Amino acid sequence: MIEIKDLTKIYHVPGQEILALDNVSLCVKKGEIFGIIGLSGAGKSTLIRCINMLEKPTAGSILIDGQEITTFNNKQLRLARQKIGMIFQHFNLLSSRTVFDNVMFPLEIAKVPRGEAGKRVTGLLELVGLADKTKVYPAQLSGGQKQRVGIARALANHPKLLLCDEATSALDPQTTRSILELLKDINHQLNLTILLITHDMNVIRQICDRVAVIDNSRIVEAGDVLDVFSNPQTPTARSFISTVINREIPAELLHRPETDNNGAATKLIRVSFIGASAGEPVISSLVQKYAVHANILYGNIDRVKDTPFGNLTLELIGESAKLDAGIDYLQSRGLNIEVLKA
Amino acid sequence: MTEIISGLLAGLPAFFETNAWVPESVAIATWETIYMVAFSTGISYVFGLPLGVILVTTDEGHILANKGVNQILGSIVNMVRSIPFIIFLILIIPLTRLIVGTPIGTIASIVPLTLAAIPFVARLVETALKEIDRGLIEAAQSMGASAWDIIAKVLIPEAKPSLILGVAITTINLVGYSAMAGIVGGGGLGTLAYYYGYQRYEDVIMWVTVVVLILLVQGVQMLGDGLAARIASKRR
Ligand SMILES: Nc1ncnc2c1ncn2[C@@H]1O[C@H](COP(=O)(O)OP(=O)(O)OP(=O)(O)O)[C@@H](O)[C@H]1O
Ligand SMILES: [Mg+2]
Repeated sequence: MIEIKDLTKIYHVPGQEILALDNVSLCVKKGEIFGIIGLSGAGKSTLIRCINMLEKPTAGSILIDGQEITTFNNKQLRLARQKIGMIFQHFNLLSSRTVFDNVMFPLEIAKVPRGEAGKRVTGLLELVGLADKTKVYPAQLSGGQKQRVGIARALANHPKLLLCDEATSALDPQTTRSILELLKDINHQLNLTILLITHDMNVIRQICDRVAVIDNSRIVEAGDVLDVFSNPQTPTARSFISTVINREIPAELLHRPETDNNGAATKLIRVSFIGASAGEPVISSLVQKYAVHANILYGNIDRVKDTPFGNLTLELIGESAKLDAGIDYLQSRGLNIEVLKA
Repeated sequence: MTEIISGLLAGLPAFFETNAWVPESVAIATWETIYMVAFSTGISYVFGLPLGVILVTTDEGHILANKGVNQILGSIVNMVRSIPFIIFLILIIPLTRLIVGTPIGTIASIVPLTLAAIPFVARLVETALKEIDRGLIEAAQSMGASAWDIIAKVLIPEAKPSLILGVAITTINLVGYSAMAGIVGGGGLGTLAYYYGYQRYEDVIMWVTVVVLILLVQGVQMLGDGLAARIASKRR
């Protein structure tokens, strides 16, 4: 759907050049929700704005459905943009138009006949749950309602791609959740590809299929959300995950003696498991087959999109050799093991 | 002050008795002023509005960014605006004569009034349109809007309340300018006040003119404020 190759963007400001994107390459598949996460100033907005050419890339290529959008002339670009919806952190609704007319706006631009357009607007306002607000002006809506209008407006021209620039960052957690649910529904119902940027790992966790982590103008890590959650490769990814899943190891655990009172060896491990394996009796097998005792120190189960995702911090106690065999066994059961302290 | 006013008021009945023509000539002069100002406001917007739009949209980073055009138009506007109206009026007499045939009279006054108001209107429009949130323009661009779409469907409708206030300010300014034009034979209240009030020391005519001017200005401002407030309150 979207193929970005070696995308570079340099802003020229008096006295200096700002490298906002440094050789970014990325692939977004049709029908998926792809998230890009990064800290403030990492280059997220620049990246998403290059995709509909609100920002002209300095170098690199962007293919959308096989078409090189960076070489489009003005007219081609306008037509292409009509098929790429976009929603914004601050909604950007026209205060001079009612809710209905705001959603009508892109249809006027695309010169959709009035009657057909009116039907579509009514349908969309129902879809986003604002059928009773058609004649109201945006100033009378709450933030969440405004974003719903923004979503309806972005969908009006039947786009094949939806870009979301921090779409929930101005909303409270509850409203964020409802907007994310709406985006997930739309992705399902319309098989619409969604590319979103955020600095909130909860957004990635709740609705994204795949994620890319951007740090200092570069993509440092990318993959399935579950993989990144269970096995983050970079410090940036790890710190984002720690904002939603507790990965801290209490200091007193790390300072425990390496052998217990009876002289048996101990190891501190973190087990993360995804989906089905959460139900297997692996801990009891550990005790029975390897004579390794497991002390549960910390645990939690979360959801990543629709899949259960759990984390257990265990203290394993037993003979040294048995401990290693036990860990191998856990790994063979598809669990992800991280040894925190040997 | 009160003495002057009560003196004037006391003199009024006697004055109107011996000068029965006054109410009629005040009415005619008022009407001349109104249509002089109305026409020049209207025509100055025909040219000033597009000029203001061009000044905004050709600015750096805007939808039709064009440094050359922006700077040239900007300096022309500044040039005209820096000439005091009373001098401008005399300066363009040849042009007025060319267009209207004579430099004297109400119709002739419309030429300098309009020409002086165009750059003023352009700056007012520019200021109003500059206020529009860049996010709105970007949102429209992201939908594939053309520059024309953005001007007609975003910039002007969003700026409507302040554009309307701008029309009121322009009109009021032109009422003042038209009085100046009146002094050099432009007709309207200015001419009346000047000939009868200043040259013949008819204080009453002066004061009546002043009162009519005050009423005109008040009326225009109230109309502008009212319209702008009505639109703004709907959107609030
Ligand atoms: N129009 C611009 N002109 C100059 N520099 C810019 C411009 N836009 C962004 N930058 C710079 O480019 C870098 C990346 O900015 P960008 O807006 O893409 O970050 P971001 O990841 O979206 O951050 P945030 O989370 O704060 O929105 C920053 O250093 C920023 O200062
Ligand atoms: Mg940003």
